[in-house]
Order: sequence, then structure tokens, then C-alpha cells
Amino acid sequence: MPIRIVTTHLEFEGQVEEVRVVLEGEEPPAWGPDTPFQVVGKPTARVDARERVTGAAEYSYDVQLPGMLTAAGLRSPHPHARISRLDASSALAVPGVRAVYSHLNAGDFINPSSGKPVFGNELLYHGDLVALVVAETPEQAREATRAIDVAYEPLPFVTAPDAALAANAPMVNTAVPSNTISDEYPQVYQRGDVEAALAQAEVTIETRMETPAALHNSLETHGGAASWDGSRLTVWSSTQGVFGARQQAAAALGLPMTAVQVITQYMGGGFGSKLGVHRSGLLAAYASRQLGLPVKYMLDRTEENLDAGNRPPSVQAYRLGAAKDGTLAALDLAVIHNVGANGLWSSPVALPAKELYQCANVRTTDRAARTNLGTLAAFRAPGVVEGIAGLEVAIDALATELGMDSLELRRKNFAERYQLLDRPYARKMLLDCYRIGAERIGWETRDAEERRYPGGRSGHLRRGIGMASQLWGGDGGPPAQAIAKLLPDGTAVIITGTQDIGTGTRTVLAQIAAEELGYPLERVRVELGETAHGVFSPMSGGSMTLASVGPAVRMAAVEARKELTEVIGQLAEAPADALDIRNATVFNRETGAEMGGVSTYLEQLGGHEITAKGMRGPNAEDVTVRTFGAQFAEVEVDIGTGAVRVVRIVAVHDCGRIINPLTYSSQIEGGIIQGLGFALTEQRIVDERLGMVMNPNLGDYKAPTIRDIPQIDIVLLNEPNVVANTLGVLGAGEPPIIPTPGAIANAVGHALGKTVTRLPLTPDRVLDMLSTTTERS
Amino acid sequence: MSSPSSNAASVSTSASTTTIHLTVNGRTRTLSVEPRRTLLDALREDLHLTGAKPGCNMGQCGACTVLLDGEAVYSCLALAIECQHQAITTIEGLAHDDQLDPVQQAFIDHDALQCGFCTPGQVLALKSLLLRDPHPDDDAIERAMAGNLCRCGAYPKILAAARSLAGRAS
Repeated sequence: MPIRIVTTHLEFEGQVEEVRVVLEGEEPPAWGPDTPFQVVGKPTARVDARERVTGAAEYSYDVQLPGMLTAAGLRSPHPHARISRLDASSALAVPGVRAVYSHLNAGDFINPSSGKPVFGNELLYHGDLVALVVAETPEQAREATRAIDVAYEPLPFVTAPDAALAANAPMVNTAVPSNTISDEYPQVYQRGDVEAALAQAEVTIETRMETPAALHNSLETHGGAASWDGSRLTVWSSTQGVFGARQQAAAALGLPMTAVQVITQYMGGGFGSKLGVHRSGLLAAYASRQLGLPVKYMLDRTEENLDAGNRPPSVQAYRLGAAKDGTLAALDLAVIHNVGANGLWSSPVALPAKELYQCANVRTTDRAARTNLGTLAAFRAPGVVEGIAGLEVAIDALATELGMDSLELRRKNFAERYQLLDRPYARKMLLDCYRIGAERIGWETRDAEERRYPGGRSGHLRRGIGMASQLWGGDGGPPAQAIAKLLPDGTAVIITGTQDIGTGTRTVLAQIAAEELGYPLERVRVELGETAHGVFSPMSGGSMTLASVGPAVRMAAVEARKELTEVIGQLAEAPADALDIRNATVFNRETGAEMGGVSTYLEQLGGHEITAKGMRGPNAEDVTVRTFGAQFAEVEVDIGTGAVRVVRIVAVHDCGRIINPLTYSSQIEGGIIQGLGFALTEQRIVDERLGMVMNPNLGDYKAPTIRDIPQIDIVLLNEPNVVANTLGVLGAGEPPIIPTPGAIANAVGHALGKTVTRLPLTPDRVLDMLSTTTERS
Repeated sequence: MSSPSSNAASVSTSASTTTIHLTVNGRTRTLSVEPRRTLLDALREDLHLTGAKPGCNMGQCGACTVLLDGEAVYSCLALAIECQHQAITTIEGLAHDDQLDPVQQAFIDHDALQCGFCTPGQVLALKSLLLRDPHPDDDAIERAMAGNLCRCGAYPKILAAARSLAGRAS
């Protein structure tokens, strides 16, 4: 096959990156809007559902090996402190304890991601790692952490971002002379002249949105099991990317990549926080190599909530200017990010302000504060969830000021083109999403008396309807590879290096391969989650997996089928293009005659397995691929208690062709439910005086339960995006969480005639809103 | 703030082990455990039944749910030595001779799971409800399942699976 090196562009969470990729062969032509399908597009139960409902699925937490030891961490009880004494002798005396690691004896163990020691003697936040105990049983390990004798010298700390950036603020880390990320901050994006446009605007408004730190709380915590056999390291990692995890583990232990393999067959949720092997996985690997026995280190729930990342808090200040007819003239946004103690980046909170609405004069300013709190991690549409909430609430406030319908205001300022690069979108179905969603929710009657006051005006219930828009990348890109193997018995194996993090990747890849091979789904097995297969795929993040790996799988299946028909043609003395394969059976295309199952031919080949390679081709140039969507929320607010109940969400998203409507709807529902938690209940609570996290557990961190679920109506657009890739698919993981908090905030605003300024909308804040005087009509 | 503080060094002595008998999925199993071993750890560490998951180890998430005499309990909150006189059912014991329990089949058919980590607990919580109330209404279903968190948000489909088992279309 001809080899080409192609320069292409990848977008990941707001950042465009140029990459050079090696491509072999040619991708098949894109599936068109009228391509007929047998398997693709059909609601299909997960191919690995049986393992998941019977307990047979083995997660990293479940890995058990002979002689395996368990690790437990001792965590800092201070927001900022120096370890003045650490004596592990009592811990080492606990029966079953094999080792205690700290800066005293493992100070030279460097985390390759940060370049810093894993164990330091300056602790930067509540929950920072002090020491690690390795013991024979979990009970012994936990007991021994309490037996470590540590003296702490508390240091000045700062947790509020504005305080951290103020002159004379305490240094978050005494070794770093500034509390911002780098001298690239503040980051300013500018087009046009915002100040002049605001000064001339007929109408101006200012709004503010504060969003909390949200904790991922994947039900399987971060961690891994590691086994060093003297020459080779195997890590069972709860990760969203086995190849990145391998690279990190190899670098940390100074091993060649050939000496490390990473396995992730099943993993219990990541939501962006598990893009690598994590410090916990590195520690398991380190301890295993030191002790010569397998070691498992899974964080406990408290460690998870203190040290496994968060959606970082944002403070957003908007100034909007518009003409009386609603034409947006100016948009100014200042964001303060609280990235935690070791944050090296800030989230694209400002992305919606730059892109969503047509506006000639835009300025966004990002300031980033490091603080003595746990470090941020990507969390399902990082930044964009918060940014959409802030921007869409501001747009509603502007509509109120103008006396305009807010949806009409959005339509009026619809952006035809991608303004940052002044180029077209591959497709933008946002107006369709507005129209369909508005019809479903009954937008026209949203101000009707009987709808707004379900118990009458004298009652205590108020209903409101609000909406918010969604934008996201989700187009994926190379490199991503797949191998298709057709076995003599008429089964097929698809091998990729991706992982199924619960989104249903195994199932959709099997559907794609079955479709192109002409095999029944149950004869296709997808192998993934292992670096040892050597078939590279990117991490499962940024809603990129299907759009990256899916086309590679399709190409591999197409190539395998070509080879299959060649082989059968030669054996049957028929031209290959006269052969059709359906249900793993060979047919003569012209006569319709059945010519036997594929295995009757493949079994004649002495065990030969047809093997074909596929890879993801380059992305389209000079065009921006996006998924757009909208959600509409109806809420009921009890003005006596401040309680908010979400009654209904209508979700309309353009995620391209839908391979599996069943698992697609699960993704959409899941995103909405996480967004509902962010809007109403979820927040990391910090005692500012103590610098301590008060709710690092699942009892006090209020994630939604089955009792909090509204009616969810999902509109399936299912329009292939043929510019994006040969499948016409776009990602669906992140889009559904993006508009939910903004839609709920606007619905609460509508119900109360107020503008929401803080999330989550807990009852106390709703009551505060009711007692403030800034009324909206 | 300036005085050094110390990590609380109240150390208990590791206890010796005790022999116990547990009836798990219809079989009597003899184990030697420390008295402090939870039922969850006994199932996972001693019997290698890893279907029950340690989501929090403090009775807040439900991923460790098993049945004790048909009642759904958090196995992280029970000590193994307390459970010697009850029939313990784990997710591994729910299917019979390769025949899935109807609850398991309904979870598959309705896609009532995503990452699957909470799924064994969800299945058993619903199983327990249906054992005592074969036709629960939505409120009963929600009450029975409210102690089982699903961070992926499979709740609408768990509800659909439960309604179908309760004999109601969803």
C-alpha cells in the first residue's frame, strides 16, 4: 500500500493542533445519506452487556494476582504544610506491611507528566500525598497509614482565586514565585473594538456567573494494578487511554516502551479525569518493581475526591451591547479560573463567547489562579459547560432588557461562519435544533398563566422554561488504526487500541465491522484496551473515539472483505466482483444463487487468516466541523422552600449519523443527568478559613440519584455529516452535558423573573434570589 | 497555626483471624478472616467474587450491594462474621445454568448500564424489590433504587427495565 505523510489538524477541547500522520492506502468513500444498512443504525444491545450484568467483567479494581499487595495513601490534613518529621517505624511494625514510601526514601521517583517528585515534603493542598503504605491486605494498609508519625509545619495558604492573584498573596508553592500558570496569563482574545462598541450600543447589560468545582466521582476510583516480572511491567489501569498510560509508566520507571503493557478491558467511568495512568497507577508500578510482587493501588473515595481532579471553579463577568433590534454589537468576557495547586492549563470557558453568536467586537480575558486546592482535570466538555451557562444566561438577560423573545434573539445573532478562522462550518443545524426543541417543549405557551402558576398565583409553585445552545468539536482525527482478521470458522476479530470506557465503543465498532463484512454481529469480536496488540488508537476523550477509530475499523473491514471475495473468487472460479456476502454467506450477485458460508472457503486455506489494516484518514481542510444542539428545560420552583425540580428536558443534538440509537440515547441521558447535578446540587465545598474540603465523599457531594430524573425527550436527528469522516459520525459524549446547566438556569430565571448568577441552584440560593430586588419582567 | 501537628497515631493491634462459615450463592464456604473484615472484602479478597464493587467503602454509593436473605444490603457496611446465618447472594449467583435472571436480561435489553461498575449493585437492589413486591409502582422503584448511585446516568433506562419487569410498559 502506498504510504503518505499528511499534515492534518485536530481540535481537542477548543485547541487546534497540527499533526503529521502516516497513512497507508485509501479510505473507502464516505457512507452517503442513502446507503442501506443491515446493522448500522439499529438499536443494538451492548455486545459486552452480559459480562457487565453478571459480574464477569474484570475492572482494574478487580484484578487479583498471586501474592498481590495492596497500597493505601496517607493524605495531607492541611491545605499547605511542610513535613517536619516523618517516622514510619510504627507503620512498618504493623503485621503484613511491606513498605512505606515517602519523600525520605522515594524522593527520587519523578512523575514524568509534571517533572516533579511524586513525594515532596511541601504539601500543597488538603489531600496531597504524604506517604504510601504497601501491605498484604487492605485493612493492614489502611491501619498502617494511621500509624505513620508525621509532624506538619503549617504554611500560609490561599484558596480563593482573586486572593491568590492579589499582591502579597501567600505563595501556593514556595518553590514557584507566582500563583498564576505562566507569563502567558492573562490570556486575551480580541476581535474588533469592544469598548467602542459598548460605548455606542443602544442597550448594554452586565451579568455574572460563578460556577463551582465539580467532582467527577467515577464509581471506579483512579488507580491500577501493576505486576513487574523482572523484565516486563504490566499495568491494569483504570484509564481512558492505554497508549498514553504506557508512555507515562515507561517514562516514570525508565523502561523502554516495549517493556510495558497496559490493559483496560473494563473501566468504571472517567469523564475526562482518567486520560493517563494517574499518579496512583505510577505508584503501583513503582512499588511492584521495588518489591518484586504485584501491587494494586486504587484510591479510596476520599482520596478520589481530594486528589483525582475536578471541573475547576470559574467566575465569569459578561458585558453585552446590542442594537434595539437585538443585533449583538459587543461581547466582553472576563474569566477567573481556579486551577488548583498544580494546574498547568485553564479550560476553554471563553470558547462559546468567541464562537456561538455573530459579533464583530469580542474580547475575552482569562486569568488563572493556582490555589491550595486539588488540581483541575478535564471533565466532560471542560470549560464549555461553564461557558455556555454563563453566556446563555447573559443572552436571556439581554433579551429581557430588549423585551425580545430570547430564542428570537439567538436566531437573530446566528453565526453562519466560524468567526475565529473566518471559514465555513461543515454543517450547522443549530436553527433546526431551536425549531424542533421549541415545538417539543411548547415554547410558544411558556408565558401562559396556567403554565407558569400550576397552583394558581397564590400558590407556592412557579414553573419556567428556558433553553441553551450547545457547540462542540467531536470530529476526531488521525492517527487511529484497526486490524480486521477473518478466521477460518467464519468469525471475525477487529483489533484496535481504543478502550470502552462505558460509552459502548465495543458495540458500535462491532456494528460497523459487521456491516462492511456482511457478517452477523455475533460473529464479530472486538479486541481493544491492550497496548500489546500494537494497534494504536487515541485516548477516549473529547468525544473523539467513534469519529477517530470508527473509520479505521470500517476501512479495515472493507479491505478484509475485498481480500475475502478475491480468495473466494479464485477458489470458486468466479470473478470477485460477482460475489456478495450477506450473513457470512456467499451469494452470486447476478443469479442470486447461494454459494455456501464463508467458512467453507476459508477452511480450505490451511489456517490462513485474512488480515487487513485500516486507518483514519486526514480531516477536511478549510472547514470547521462542529456538533451543534440545543436543550430546553421546564422546571418547577417551590418559592416556599427554594427547591427546584426539573420536570422535563428536550434534547436536540446534531451528532451526525447514529450508529446505535440505543447507546446514543444512553449517552445523551447520562450527559443531561450530570448537567442537572451541576446545575442544582453538585459542588465541592471548601471551608475558606481552614482550606479544607468539607464533602470529599458521595454522601455530602450530592450527585443525582434515580429520584432526581426528569422526563427526558431525545430527538434523534441522525443526519450523516459526510465532510467529517467516512462514517458521517460525530461525537456524542460531551454534547449532551453542555447546554443542560444553562437551560436549567434560564428556566429558573424564567420561573422567578430573575437572572441566575451562581451555580448550583441550591434551595438557599434560590431563596436568596427571591429576596433580591432585581426583578425581571 | 504555627504549632506543629501530628498525624493521629492511635494504632490498633492487628487482630488474629477467625474461622467463619458463609453461605454464598447456595454453597457453604469456610474462611479464615480478621474480625474487622467486611463482607465486601471477604467476598472479593477471600472468595474472589469481585462482582460486588467497592465504590466508596462507606455505605454511600451502593456498588457493593448484595442480598442477605433476599434483602439488599451494602456489603461494605456488614462485617463478614455477622453474616454467618444468612443466605448471601452475589451477582455471580443470580444466573442459573447460563440462564440469566430476568432482571439481568432486562438490564441488557433496556441498556440500563453504561460503564457497568454500579450495575451488579443496581441489579441486586432491583431484584430485592421484586422479591418482596413483584409489581412495584414508580415511587416504590425509585425508593428501592435511590441508594444505588450511577454516575453515568443510566437511571432512565434502569427505570424502564424495572417497569418492564413490574409488568408495565415504559
